[in-house]
Amino acid sequence: MQKLEVSMIKFDKLTKQFGSQVVLNNLSLEIPMGKATGIVGPNGSGKTTMIKHLLGLVKPNSGSIFINEKKLNGHWDYRKEIGYMPQMAHYPENMEVIELINFIKAIREDEEAEEQELVNFFNLRSDLHKRLRNLSGGTRQKVGAVLAIMFDPSILILDEPTAGLDPQASHKLKKVIRREKKKGKTILLTTHIMSEIEELADHLIFIVEGNLRYSGPMNDFIENQQEQRLEGAVAKMMEEVGQ
Amino acid sequence: MKTVTILKYQWKDLLRGKWIIGYGLIYLLLSDALIRFGGTGPKALLSIANVMLLFIPLVSMIYGALYLYQSREFVELLLAQPLDRKSLFWGLFGGVTVPLTFSFLIGTGLPLAYNGMFLVSENGSTIIILTIGLILTVLFASLGFMLALKFFDDKIKGLGFALVSWLLLAVLYDGIVMMIVYLLGNYPLEKPVLALSILNPIDLARILVLLKFDISALMGYTGAVFNQFFGSSIGILVSVGCLLLWIFIPLWRSAKLFSKKDF
Repeated sequence: MQKLEVSMIKFDKLTKQFGSQVVLNNLSLEIPMGKATGIVGPNGSGKTTMIKHLLGLVKPNSGSIFINEKKLNGHWDYRKEIGYMPQMAHYPENMEVIELINFIKAIREDEEAEEQELVNFFNLRSDLHKRLRNLSGGTRQKVGAVLAIMFDPSILILDEPTAGLDPQASHKLKKVIRREKKKGKTILLTTHIMSEIEELADHLIFIVEGNLRYSGPMNDFIENQQEQRLEGAVAKMMEEVGQ
Repeated sequence: MKTVTILKYQWKDLLRGKWIIGYGLIYLLLSDALIRFGGTGPKALLSIANVMLLFIPLVSMIYGALYLYQSREFVELLLAQPLDRKSLFWGLFGGVTVPLTFSFLIGTGLPLAYNGMFLVSENGSTIIILTIGLILTVLFASLGFMLALKFFDDKIKGLGFALVSWLLLAVLYDGIVMMIVYLLGNYPLEKPVLALSILNPIDLARILVLLKFDISALMGYTGAVFNQFFGSSIGILVSVGCLLLWIFIPLWRSAKLFSKKDF
């Protein structure tokens, strides 16, 4: 594993078991600060579990996680630094979009956070007073993006961010992700669309059955696999590990 | 403080949902009808109590569990915010139980009020009926929460356990007790029967109602034993104490499960 100069997030010998199934196996890796990192792997490889550990949704059997060299260890205040966009956005059905935004602002005790620019950017202005149950999946996804980005967190975790978005919205979201990257945010991205990772990420983490297969610059990974594109490189490695 | 924020938004969301209003309307219509048919005496109050003893445990337990299952993704999103699990747990629990309780209290309390039953009933029996309804709502919502957290990844199992628990406690329990009494009638059974009634919160609530109304004919075996063992006043205190313990244990267990849960 390549040693990085400045790491934002560090997983140290992290192991997680659900019953007898080992989901993460002694996982040690570092995620560089100010870069976009794509997490790839087949279904059930442990990508989501890895993200959930970072968010404190799942507790490890052993090992530790560090953010900015601080051990998480059951704390929750570090999540002020994290913006999370889940894969499937489910919200209270009868709440209006603007109420949800204000609710998350109140929870984060950040009433000053500015959502207007993002709301306009994603064309959500006319939806602000609509109840969440009346929104399409794509519009909910846009609301999710606003909630993740509006607090200007230093870490952005995006779980399949473009799933369910139309091409225009998907294009806009990618534009925002690139803008946040330019601002120096650390971005963690999971998606099954390899071209998206190729487009947005600089760094790559490849996990298979809870084991780390690769962590390092994406271009090096593609070169090492002697392929032109990430999709081919990932497919080749999956074949090598018998997936 | 964050619990209050969660409560505020949860209540708003739930009160906008039609069904919580429908739940209150059912009580309003039933209580009104029972008072019209039974008059403003204890007969109507007992009928309301009977409906309440059957209905509240079922709705509170199923809704408590269902609410947690349906909020799963939103709970995950909230836990990804700078928020401690304890605040979120109490926010979610209060978010369910308070609207349910208010729905019951308003639905049942209004017909009692406009028929002047708060003034004519003796020894505050209307207040006792409403208090028991409140206790049962909190108690069974906490049981629903506990079952949902225990079987968080298996909705069918969680809801199935909730339904079977209700069926056992509300319908089958008395029959089982009667069968034990019938089969072991030659042995001194007072203390085991007393223990059995403490093990069923619906039975405890029923005994509490009957002790308050002092209707020995309707007390059944467990109620009669309770009355005989403790007397009316201490019996009421013991049953209230046991009911509070019944709230505390599942709630404590749920809070513990929630704090350790992998979401």
